[in-house]
Amino acid sequence: MAIFLDKNSKVIVQGITGREGAFHTTRMLAYGTNIVGGVTPGKGGTKIESGQPVFDTVKDAVEATGATHSIIFVPPFAGADALWEAHDAGIQLAVCITEGIPAHDMLRVVATTAGMRIIGGNCPGLISPGKSLVGIMPSQIFKEGNVGMISRSGTLTYEIVDGLTRAGYGQSTCVGIGGDPIIGTTFVDCLRAFASDPETTALVVAGEIGGSDEEDAAAFIKEHIPDKPVVAFIGGRSAPKGKRLGHAGAIISGNTGTPESKVKAFNEAGVPVADRPSQIPELLAKALKR
Amino acid sequence: MEYQGKDLFRRVGIPTPSGVYATTADEVKAYISAHPGSWVLKSQVMMGGRGKAGGIKFADDAAQGETLARELIGKVLKSIQNPDGEEVKSLLVEEKVDIASEAYVSITIDRATKQPVVIVTSQGGMDVEEVAEHDPGAIHKYWIDPAAGYSPYIGRQLAFAAKLPDGYRKAFPGLLGALYTLFMDYGANLVEINPLVLTKNGRVIASDAKIDLDDNGLYKHPDIAQWNKAQPADEDQAAAVAIGLGMSNYAKLPDDGAKIANIGVIANGAGLGMGTMDAVKNAGGLAANFLDIGGGAQAELVKKSYNLVTSDPRVKAMFINIFGGITRGDQVAKGIVEALAGGDVRKVPLVVRLTGTNAEEGRAILDKAGFIPVETMDEGAARAVALANGAN
Repeated sequence: MAIFLDKNSKVIVQGITGREGAFHTTRMLAYGTNIVGGVTPGKGGTKIESGQPVFDTVKDAVEATGATHSIIFVPPFAGADALWEAHDAGIQLAVCITEGIPAHDMLRVVATTAGMRIIGGNCPGLISPGKSLVGIMPSQIFKEGNVGMISRSGTLTYEIVDGLTRAGYGQSTCVGIGGDPIIGTTFVDCLRAFASDPETTALVVAGEIGGSDEEDAAAFIKEHIPDKPVVAFIGGRSAPKGKRLGHAGAIISGNTGTPESKVKAFNEAGVPVADRPSQIPELLAKALKR
Repeated sequence: MEYQGKDLFRRVGIPTPSGVYATTADEVKAYISAHPGSWVLKSQVMMGGRGKAGGIKFADDAAQGETLARELIGKVLKSIQNPDGEEVKSLLVEEKVDIASEAYVSITIDRATKQPVVIVTSQGGMDVEEVAEHDPGAIHKYWIDPAAGYSPYIGRQLAFAAKLPDGYRKAFPGLLGALYTLFMDYGANLVEINPLVLTKNGRVIASDAKIDLDDNGLYKHPDIAQWNKAQPADEDQAAAVAIGLGMSNYAKLPDDGAKIANIGVIANGAGLGMGTMDAVKNAGGLAANFLDIGGGAQAELVKKSYNLVTSDPRVKAMFINIFGGITRGDQVAKGIVEALAGGDVRKVPLVVRLTGTNAEEGRAILDKAGFIPVETMDEGAARAVALANGAN
């Protein structure tokens, strides 16, 4: 099972012949991802080295291959256009790796792409270990298993997953939802999917300062996920107010986005919050025993 | 700044007071001579609370205008929000309007609903957060669906709900539409008019302008991107951009009372960077900065980042935290050694946490070069804190 992505998901790469797109296509193919082709306008009719066909438009690619998933490696100014093109061609799930898409482009995209799930932008993507990778994560640290993982960050996700894998906790699916203020898929969207996934028996939510996605996640867990233990982590607990730290969305403004409010919300939902990433496996072990 | 915000207001047709932008007292004198009457001299600064700090003056003739302009230009204004002060470099000379009423209107991004939200209150001229606290019923909000866009009924509905005085009714729906156009087309995180003035002779004008633009959207408006380059909002952002990092990839962090923030921090990735700051705090220390070096960690960028962090005299030890991921650990280690082994850097004890592919080989390279390699983030933070406190 897993969520959003399994072994048979047919994936295309938008920007497949670009530097990043080509590099990660090779890595995803090596992991076993079912990449059925890619798109680079003007290079339609050619093939990449490993044999997958290149198309001029997403429409052509979908018609020829039946692709349902797309991963997007385009510059920020082309991000919204790429997402709209994917939606128009009938793609069901688009992972947008691109960092730096204007927030107002994303406001418009999110409001006009009903029916297509967007992961990101500014995210490391999606992996269902042992099945498929549609992202830029270092696949060797992941292991097939039953922990669902959701995170707003890239390297912090790797830090936590590395710890889980070393402690023997494999993962069903890991979703990097992205660090921008306006993103397609939120914690709650992922939690809803994980709640009904029989393969996922426990969850790790790695949030950070800024916004109210973590508070919403806590409320959802309290209400809808009584049967699967959840452990949380909040990055940036020592951050001062008003400073934007790396991620466009990671800023405490006024009284919203504070770590105190997020920790409190999780605790009220019965979710233990780790003080440091290295504590997560041990908190998970405790939660699973209950 | 205000004068730039008003420039944007005029581009979309939002009425602003008449006046001129001036950088010298002579310009102020010349303008008032040509346009006799009562004028307001408003200091153009980024900080809040400029009125209380003495940054706004009134002049009734050219000579008085000149004298006041000489006083203001070059003066350092201090306020509670900005105790260090900010030097006044320019003024906005504006007509003095006869105020009948003051309202407040803003548009910002609501992250939870992923929609722009309009906020209106009839209690203008005050801090809106204070209004929200003391009289929450006076705050009226409307979420606009970006797919449908703005329509004048939204403005009418808000004006009635917020009980704006009758004089506002005719102008408000069009004005809010213009503000929405500005918000979407120029990519603003915030557009705010406070106060939106109703004058005694029935005009509705934006007496102040506050606009915060999304850096990611600035490429669409090269002329405005230029404003930012001329006046970086913040020293840290300017320093980050100068060495080739993203604008928000570096931030200096404050001391905590008597406790000095003396651990320099470099990490790859924003989340890991924040996690590293937290780890330093958990180990009993305080991070002097946040720095996200991004993927790859190339030698040149490592060196520039190291120099930026150690340019802060508080820094007594450095903790570089790299989660290898796709990048090979031995390559990262070589990059760090290459960057920092030379004599032209300020030497502080350097702890490097390295993990990922070939991390062991990487740690051996670091050890040989005299740096302190560690395997985990917690261990690295603890070592760096101990070294900053004088341990060997």
